[in-house]
Amino acid sequence: MGEHEPILVEGLVKVYGKTRAVDGLDLVVAKGSVVAVLGPNGAGKTTLIRILATLAKPTGGRAMVAGYDVASHPAQVRRNIGIAGQSESIDEYLTGRQNLVMVGELSRLPRSEAKLRAATLLGRFELNDAADRPTKTYSGGMRRKLDLAASMITQPEVLFLDEPTTGLDPRARMGMWQLIRELGDAGTTILLTTQYLDEADQLAHNIAVVDSGKVIAWGSPDQLKTQVGGAVLEVTLPATADTEVAAALLRGAISKSVTVDQRRHKLTLPTTEETGLVTKVIRALDAGDIPVDDVTVRRPALDDVFMTLTGHGAETDKEAAA
Amino acid sequence: MSLAPAAQLQHTPGERGLSRILWFLRDVLVLTRRSLIHVIRDPAQLADVTIQPIMFVVLFTFVFGSAIRLPGGGNYHEYVVAGIFGITMAGAAPGVAVGLANDIQSGIIDRFRSLPMSRGAVLAGRLTADLMTAVLGLIVVVAVGVAVGWRVHTNPQDVLAGFALALLFNYAMSWAGAAAGLWLHNPESAQAMAFVVFFPMIFVSNAFVALQNMPIWLRVVAEWNPVSTVTASCRELFGNPNPSAAVQVWPLQHPELATIICALALLAVFVPISIRLYRREDLT
Ligand SMILES: Nc1ncnc2c1ncn2[C@@H]1O[C@H](COP(=O)(O)OP(=O)(O)OP(=O)(O)O)[C@@H](O)[C@H]1O
Ligand SMILES: [Mg+2]
Repeated sequence: MGEHEPILVEGLVKVYGKTRAVDGLDLVVAKGSVVAVLGPNGAGKTTLIRILATLAKPTGGRAMVAGYDVASHPAQVRRNIGIAGQSESIDEYLTGRQNLVMVGELSRLPRSEAKLRAATLLGRFELNDAADRPTKTYSGGMRRKLDLAASMITQPEVLFLDEPTTGLDPRARMGMWQLIRELGDAGTTILLTTQYLDEADQLAHNIAVVDSGKVIAWGSPDQLKTQVGGAVLEVTLPATADTEVAAALLRGAISKSVTVDQRRHKLTLPTTEETGLVTKVIRALDAGDIPVDDVTVRRPALDDVFMTLTGHGAETDKEAAA
Repeated sequence: MSLAPAAQLQHTPGERGLSRILWFLRDVLVLTRRSLIHVIRDPAQLADVTIQPIMFVVLFTFVFGSAIRLPGGGNYHEYVVAGIFGITMAGAAPGVAVGLANDIQSGIIDRFRSLPMSRGAVLAGRLTADLMTAVLGLIVVVAVGVAVGWRVHTNPQDVLAGFALALLFNYAMSWAGAAAGLWLHNPESAQAMAFVVFFPMIFVSNAFVALQNMPIWLRVVAEWNPVSTVTASCRELFGNPNPSAAVQVWPLQHPELATIICALALLAVFVPISIRLYRREDLT
């Protein structure tokens, strides 16, 4: 196997009737990295994954997975990938174990190897107790876990996970995160979509924010947060303190751009490169005899990034006008 | 066991020839095993080849049998058992259609299509399982038939030829069912279509009553219905009463040849259609 980018997408387009589900999307994913695709409903995340997993054909552009073009060499692509789609692909009549062994055998593992891998994965996903029951009797979360296990049966080089933790309980979600980290560390390249921003924050080396079929922002979680704005310092005063007086003090001593939240007794000011900002703030307020309850440095959350980047202009304007 | 991506899968990038055929056969085996598990978990799927023919035999020999007279005489029990044999073999399409529609709806087809398995194995596995179902049906009809007094009066080659012909027609009908299931991709619609298309096909034929007793417009349909030629062939090859031999239309004058032509025509039409439908990306 030569050197290649595990995932390389250039100007990818997918048109369904009048919908441009994917509309000129570019993406390069490095080996062993975990990339989260974020975007509002209908952004084209699932369509992207289905194209990369050879389940849908691109209308235009190019997509290479594991060094092979998905359009011209789908068979080679399939040998190197695993996919857990947005809805599960499991056989209702078969037991969990039979499902995994079947997928393993159809992926050309020897039967003994498929059985071994199935047992390992059933344990890993805590499905041991249900392993030999028909999946008809599984709960939603159990089906989800089994589908994820099926995507990993061959230890593929590239793994596509479309909303992998949707429907999982917090404990199972933690387990899945742990597994994704381990797989990433072991060299598996993972492209996942998620609606949970903390998940992207926790797992992803890089995030692609997708909207209307395009990548509109790309970078590490920290880079994206900085792009939206730096950290802010939040000072909480006791209810008895005069926030306006305090704000005036700080404006004089530190920065003109202090904002006041009267109701919650909070002052907010941007952080700067200079050191000792927190000390200065406390000294200034102390000198004015104003007590301080709490000081926090709040970094923008990924939620802020998401809302800022994908907030649709039209809706915001309507709200502003109302 | 390590989590590292493995390159130990058994394949070479550009496999062809013998190894490709062997992989295909293995995939078909794996999927046939899957279909057998389905049948074990849900034996009702076999009703078409077990309960239904048994009920038909009981109904038509004991309940209606005494009221039906064959033109030119002849043993009605022998006549109708051969007919039930024919329709049981011809009735493969609904099962295949519903099974494939279920596979599509459950999403398992998506899983198969993302795996490095042989392209044709999903359809071939389904059809292999169906052929096995048909063999079960054959055994069931022969067993209950013998129990109610059905006998063959020809040599073993002819009887085997009758079985083979019926299975060939069964196989061709399964492909028609596959196309229907892939096209409708909804088990309820597949079931409904089965009722609308196959139910009349079975009853507007010579399976239960002689064509001579039908009103003329129904009779023309029945004369050209391939189910009639299948049952006529079986009756001829088993040496059972076959009043259709007196009907002066080409298919009933040459029922074996007509059945073979019809089966080949069905295959020529529905094999490519099924494969094309299966490869269609918006299948799911
Ligand atoms: N098979 C299809 N036929 C027609 N339109 C489709 C099809 N699949 C997707 N679309 C359309 O393409 C667009 C992108 O859909 P996609 O499922 O990729 O979005 P998504 O980002 O995964 O959304 P979600 O967060 O809701 O899962 C949507 O407008 C959708 O209606
Ligand atoms: Mg989606």
